[in-house]
Amino acid sequence: MIFFDRVSKIYPDDSVALDNVTISIEPKEFVSIVGPSGAGKTTLLKLFLAEDKPTEGSILYDNVDIHSLDKKSINEFRRRVGMVFQDFRLLPDKTVYENIAFTMEASGRSDDEIEADVPYVLELVDLTAKIWNFPHELSGGEKQRVAIARALVNEPDVIIADEPTGNLDPMNTYDIVQILKKINDLGTTVILTTHNKGIIDSLRKRVIAMDKGRVVRDDRSGKYDA
Amino acid sequence: MIKELLKTKLKRIIRAGLYNFWRNGTVSLASVLVMMVTLTVVGFISFSGAILDTSLNELRNKIDINVTFVPSATEEDVLNIKYSLESLPEVSLITYISKEEALTAFKDRHANDQSILAALDELDSNPLGAVLNIKARDPSQYASVAQFLEGDNTVSKSGITIVSRVNYFQNKAAIDRLTAIIHSADRLGLALTILLAIISMLIAFNTIRLTIYISKDEISVMRLVGASTSYIQGPFVVLGIIYGLVAGIITLVLFLPMTYWLGTETENFLIGFNVFSYYLRHFVEIALVIMISGILIGALSSILAIRKYLKV
Repeated sequence: MIFFDRVSKIYPDDSVALDNVTISIEPKEFVSIVGPSGAGKTTLLKLFLAEDKPTEGSILYDNVDIHSLDKKSINEFRRRVGMVFQDFRLLPDKTVYENIAFTMEASGRSDDEIEADVPYVLELVDLTAKIWNFPHELSGGEKQRVAIARALVNEPDVIIADEPTGNLDPMNTYDIVQILKKINDLGTTVILTTHNKGIIDSLRKRVIAMDKGRVVRDDRSGKYDA
Repeated sequence: MIKELLKTKLKRIIRAGLYNFWRNGTVSLASVLVMMVTLTVVGFISFSGAILDTSLNELRNKIDINVTFVPSATEEDVLNIKYSLESLPEVSLITYISKEEALTAFKDRHANDQSILAALDELDSNPLGAVLNIKARDPSQYASVAQFLEGDNTVSKSGITIVSRVNYFQNKAAIDRLTAIIHSADRLGLALTILLAIISMLIAFNTIRLTIYISKDEISVMRLVGASTSYIQGPFVVLGIIYGLVAGIITLVLFLPMTYWLGTETENFLIGFNVFSYYLRHFVEIALVIMISGILIGALSSILAIRKYLKV
């Protein structure tokens, strides 16, 4: 479903972020990408979301090169991908409800659908009580759950979680991973990047290890260390 | 179906713009205040234009030339000259003052001076000549009118020059000077107007740019959830328009006490021009200019400022 075909990314200052990376990800997979800071994990996700262009190689999604799409198609593609970030990236001036509704509005869903679906996804992440709160009134774990609800609400094919637990305590980390696992069990592809050894070791799912822009290991059912 | 979709989209964009305005109270207040300064400048530009116009017109109307004829000139000769002057394109108005009217006016002016009145009585005939008072369409045209009067056109049928005095030649220096002042005031006014308008628009633009800069992370998030350009840009354009509308309304209201005070303070100085009554008389035009400027500046600033952050 997702295919990175010999992708390299060299920034204008000649630093090599990705060096000839080839990865194939199947539907309904749960893939963890691990590696030290600067290994190229975030660059990989950025290229996948068409935030940036690869210097060489191509990225295919359902056999279509993402970087050959026009602006409108990129927007449509992004609506099929749910994003969760380490720093949550909620819209600070919108309530929890509006943050989630915004994504649905952007995809052109009707008011009736929005009114029905937003409370539903909030129930999934167990945050119904905070529906009218603003992000600054929430804890880190709650913010991340809003972010996951937002990523889920358009029923995406893929959820990308970039260090989603980086700013969270162990309790919240566990909760978030359980939610991601549940999402995967329901049939959504999940791509997770993390430094957290405990998460990887408990998941027992596919692990791709990166270092200095290269894929150094790809285990079907791996641990953090080889 | 598509119409319905557009309506929903428009409704959402306007609602988001309104929420932004309300929830970022301080930022909105600052932007509205800056916009008010800009719109006040726009308003005062139209006031000063009107003040300049009326003052200049007033001055222009004060300039004229008087042609005094010799007492022996017949009324027919004088009227002939009046008709030929009236055929000149430069001339806007000629008033004929007959010898008798000139005498009456003279007597009125010196009603308290018995010796002059007595001296007049000693004379058998009216010593004063008829007068033509000439107004040109433009101060610079008095020279050609004076030239016309110097030539052969003012010779009577009997062959003698009947013009005794043209006061243009005495007033020439003053008229030239006034003409020059009027023209440079016109030009200076225009240049200043343009300069002020540009400066204040730049300030307003910059303020809105800053408010959008604050939201640049939000914009990138909107991009990543797949929102279209118009859907991201829309609320900010609405926000800019709201800034313009609110600032415009407050400015228009504030102009009432401002012009009232200015009007009473400056009425004598401005030769009968009252800013307050001018404002009330031209309220609809001024309101339109200010509201449209506010909306345009707000919307355009938003569109220009946000483009930078939409590239993702």
